[in-house]
Amino acid sequence: MEPTISFFSGFTPNDLLFLGEAALRTLWISVLSITIGTALGVLFGWVLYEGKLAATLTVAPVLDIFRSVPLIIQLVLFYNFAPIVGLNLDPFASGVVILTIYTASLVANVARGGIEAVETPMRRAARSLGMTYWQDLRYVVFPIGGRAVFPAWVGVALGVMKDSALVSVLGYVELLKASQILITRTQEPFLILTIAGAFYFALSYPISRYAASLERKWAQ
Amino acid sequence: MFDYNFHWRPVMKSLPDLLDAAFLTLQVAVLAMVLGIIIGLCLALIRMHMKGPIRWLASCWVELARNTPALFQLFFFGFGLGAFGLHLSPYMIVLAGLTFNCAGYLAENFRGGFNAVPDTQLRASRSLGMTAWQAYTRIVIPQVFRIVYHPITNQMVWAVLMSSLGMLVGFRELSGETQFFASRTFRIFEYFAVTAVIYYVIVKLILIASRLLATRLFRY
Repeated sequence: MEPTISFFSGFTPNDLLFLGEAALRTLWISVLSITIGTALGVLFGWVLYEGKLAATLTVAPVLDIFRSVPLIIQLVLFYNFAPIVGLNLDPFASGVVILTIYTASLVANVARGGIEAVETPMRRAARSLGMTYWQDLRYVVFPIGGRAVFPAWVGVALGVMKDSALVSVLGYVELLKASQILITRTQEPFLILTIAGAFYFALSYPISRYAASLERKWAQ
Repeated sequence: MFDYNFHWRPVMKSLPDLLDAAFLTLQVAVLAMVLGIIIGLCLALIRMHMKGPIRWLASCWVELARNTPALFQLFFFGFGLGAFGLHLSPYMIVLAGLTFNCAGYLAENFRGGFNAVPDTQLRASRSLGMTAWQAYTRIVIPQVFRIVYHPITNQMVWAVLMSSLGMLVGFRELSGETQFFASRTFRIFEYFAVTAVIYYVIVKLILIASRLLATRLFRY
């Protein structure tokens, strides 16, 4: 006898569209958090560099916490903490907030390394040419230090892009969550996971190769 | 200020269970690191000295591990292998996923370490009459170890943080256990706050231990 109701249906082209949309959401949440997080991180990096003792005692330990607690715990914690202080955040907003702070805590170290990579004589030279402190930062430290740590920054950005998969625990349907939903329906885990993995790989691999080749070129 | 009553008692009551789970976390992370170091070393040596399909496989391993999310890798070992009728226990899923990931990242570190030891060291030791095995184990590996020691401790921290993903494949290590208790008592925030503290302490202990070990190992 043929079953009248089928619980599972096969993988259709429509599902590919569903995965594509989810991939765009992954991209959107990563781009947003990486952009804001990098801006904040550079600011923190500068504070860490200039603030010496005060910053070491205040900003550094706080940033350290975000690097020492698993991202998934941070997400769950923040998502459940927000209503306690009266904030009503949807999974996307909570995800962006935590991913941003997480990015900032990682970028802060990179940015400080970048500022330290510019040697003092160079900066003294800039100042003695009549540049103000900010001109020195903008036209000397930023181009030279930025170049020194650009590959490291790419590594952090790609890491955050991959870690954005964890926002799925809050119920935000990004690529990995979408693939799980499809697996539940189609019962074809291998095919769907391969598609999802291929997307991440296709995004991450060329960028990391490009960063590595830039590093080699600049090292010469 | 808060429109919420904090209840810490249930958390304190289940603290022994959480600490037991923390040991499970540490156990799986250490095991994954040991396996990861061995496999990573093999992968690095294969990628440097061999040609043909074996080298290609090793490169695939390294690039896949580095360019896809760790959660994707866990899902792959969890659900993806199920398509071939291979059902791993949650413990094995996490161990396999972490090992796969750590081996990939460590392989790149080892390759960097091997490249940093000049060829002349090996040739000099060979011309002193050492066998290839002696030259490697007594001259090259100790120098490589010194270079990759810091990346290895970093990777150890990452392994502990990554093991928290076990929560999503039903493994009851620290995060999974927390999730279990939290969903039984609905004290989600309190439980995850305590878990975050435990993770922070574990990470700090690892870093302190590695620093102490380094002062003993690298005295000369």
